[in-house]
Amino acid sequence: MSARIEATGLAVGYGHRPIVEGLNFSLQPGELLVLIGTNGSGKSTLLKTLAGLVAAQGGSVNVLGAAPGTQHSLVGYLPQHPVSSHTLPLRVEDVVAMGRYAHLGLTRRARAQDHRIVQESMERTGAIAYKSRPLRDLSGGQQQRTHLAQVLARRADVLLLDEPTAGLDLVGRQAVAELVEQERARGVVVVMATHELSDADTADMVMLLAQRVVSQGPPASALNDAALRECFGFTQPH
Amino acid sequence: MGNFLFGPFTDNEFLRQSLYAGILVSAICAVAGTFVVLRGLAFAGDALAHGVVPGVAAALLFGFSGVLGAAIGAGVMMSGVSVVTRRYRLSGDTAIGLLFVGMLALGVIIQSRSSSFAGDLTNILFGELLGVSNSDLMWQFVALVAVCVVAWLCRRPFLLLSVDDGLTETSGFSVKKYHNIMLAMVALTVVASFQTVGTLLVLGLLIAPAATGALFARRIGIMMVVAAVVGIFSTYVGLLVSYHANVAAGASIVFCSVLVFTACAVVVEVQRWQAHRKDIHHDHDQPHVHGHVHVS
Repeated sequence: MSARIEATGLAVGYGHRPIVEGLNFSLQPGELLVLIGTNGSGKSTLLKTLAGLVAAQGGSVNVLGAAPGTQHSLVGYLPQHPVSSHTLPLRVEDVVAMGRYAHLGLTRRARAQDHRIVQESMERTGAIAYKSRPLRDLSGGQQQRTHLAQVLARRADVLLLDEPTAGLDLVGRQAVAELVEQERARGVVVVMATHELSDADTADMVMLLAQRVVSQGPPASALNDAALRECFGFTQPH
Repeated sequence: MGNFLFGPFTDNEFLRQSLYAGILVSAICAVAGTFVVLRGLAFAGDALAHGVVPGVAAALLFGFSGVLGAAIGAGVMMSGVSVVTRRYRLSGDTAIGLLFVGMLALGVIIQSRSSSFAGDLTNILFGELLGVSNSDLMWQFVALVAVCVVAWLCRRPFLLLSVDDGLTETSGFSVKKYHNIMLAMVALTVVASFQTVGTLLVLGLLIAPAATGALFARRIGIMMVVAAVVGIFSTYVGLLVSYHANVAAGASIVFCSVLVFTACAVVVEVQRWQAHRKDIHHDHDQPHVHGHVHVS
C-alpha cells in the first residue's frame, strides 16, 4: 500500500531558520500520528508544512504523492485557535459550508450532495444544535466544534489538526477522539498536534518534539519517562 | 414639513444630482466597505484614499482627467505598499503609514504649484458634491456594477480571507492574489467616490455604514444591505442638513453616518444589558442543580 504522507530528512521552520530537522516518517491510510511537545517545539510548523502553508527548509516531503499544498480538496487543515472575529456576521452553517469551498472553487454552485455533507458534518460534531446562531455569539468550545465540522466537511483523505481539543471539556474531547477514529476507519490519515498525552492513546505513531525529535514510535515506547522528562520536565504518573 | 424634507430636492436640479451621486457612492461603499471591515483593511482604505491625492492634484495642474489621476495614484500606492512589505520585510501597517504620508505630502506639493491652491485642495479633500455632472453619475454607476461583479465572483475567497489566511490558502485560493483583488476593489471604490465626498471623508462612508451592518447582521448579504440603507439615509439627511444649515455637504453626510453607527451601537448595548439582566433573573428563579457535566 502506498504511503499517504512520506517525509525523509524533513526540516521545518520559518525564513531560513529550521525549528526541527531530520524528520522521517511514513503514514499509511487510516494511520494516526500524534505530535506532542511544548509551545514552540515545532508541532504547528510541521502541520503548516504538510498543509503547504510553510515551505520545507530541507529534506523531502510528499502528501498524497504530491508536493504539500497542491491537493486542496483532499487535505483538511484545522488551524490552532481559528480566528472568530467579533464583527464576522456568519452563522454556524455558513462557516461549516466554507469547508466545501475547496471542492466548489470560485464559481461552481453547491449541489444537494454538498448541502448533505455540511449537514452531516454538523451532526457529527454536535454543531447542528446551534447551526443558525452567529459564530461570534458562541462559546470557545462551540466555536471549536464548528471549525471541526468545517474541516470534516472537506471529506479529505488527510486531516491535519492543530490542537483540535483546545477549549473543549471532557465530553468534547471524547467526541473529538471518536471523530478521529471514525475518519481513520474510512482510511483517512490524521496528523494531530496536542498538549494532551491522553490524545496519543490510540495513535499508531507519536512524535515527541522539543525543537528536535526527542522520541518517535508507538505510544508505549515513545512516551517513556526519559523522553517526557527531557520534553516537559516531568514523567507520566503510573 | 413636506416642503422642508423634499422641497430642496424637487426645487434644485443640482441637489437632485448630488442625491443620485450619494446613493450610488453609498451602494459602492456598502459592498466594498463590508469586506474592508471584515478583513480589517480600514488603515489600507484610508491610505488608498490619501494615495489618490497626488494623482488628482497632478490632473488638475496638467489638465487631464481627475479619475485617471486618482486611478494612477491608487495604483502607485498599492504597488508601493506591496514592494515595501515584500522587499524590506516591514509590517503592512508600517508600509501603509510610510506611503500614506509620502503620497499626501506629494499631493500637497503638486497642488501648491496651482494658482488656486487652497480651493482645489479643499475640493480634493472634501469633495464637490454639489457639482456632480451626468458623466460623473454614469462613471459611478459603472464602478458600482464592477464592484458588485468582483464581490460576487470572489465571494468565496473574500469570505475565507475574513476568517483566516491559512484556511484561504488550504482551500485553494491564493491569499496574495485575492487580497490584492480586494485592495483593487477598494481602490476603485475610492476613485469612484472621491469626487462626491472627497478623499478625506470617503473612509467614513466605507467604514461607518458597514460597521453599523456588522452590529446587526447575521449574514454578509444582510450586512451589505444594512450598510447601503445607512449610507443612503445618511446621504439624504446630510444633504438636507447641508441645505438648510448652509454647512459642508460631504462632511454632513459622513458625520451623519457616524451618528447612525453611534445610535445603533447604543441600541445594541442596551439590548445586551437587558438580555444579561434577563439571564440573571432566570438563574435566580431556577433551582440549582449540582453535579451535571457542562457540555460546551
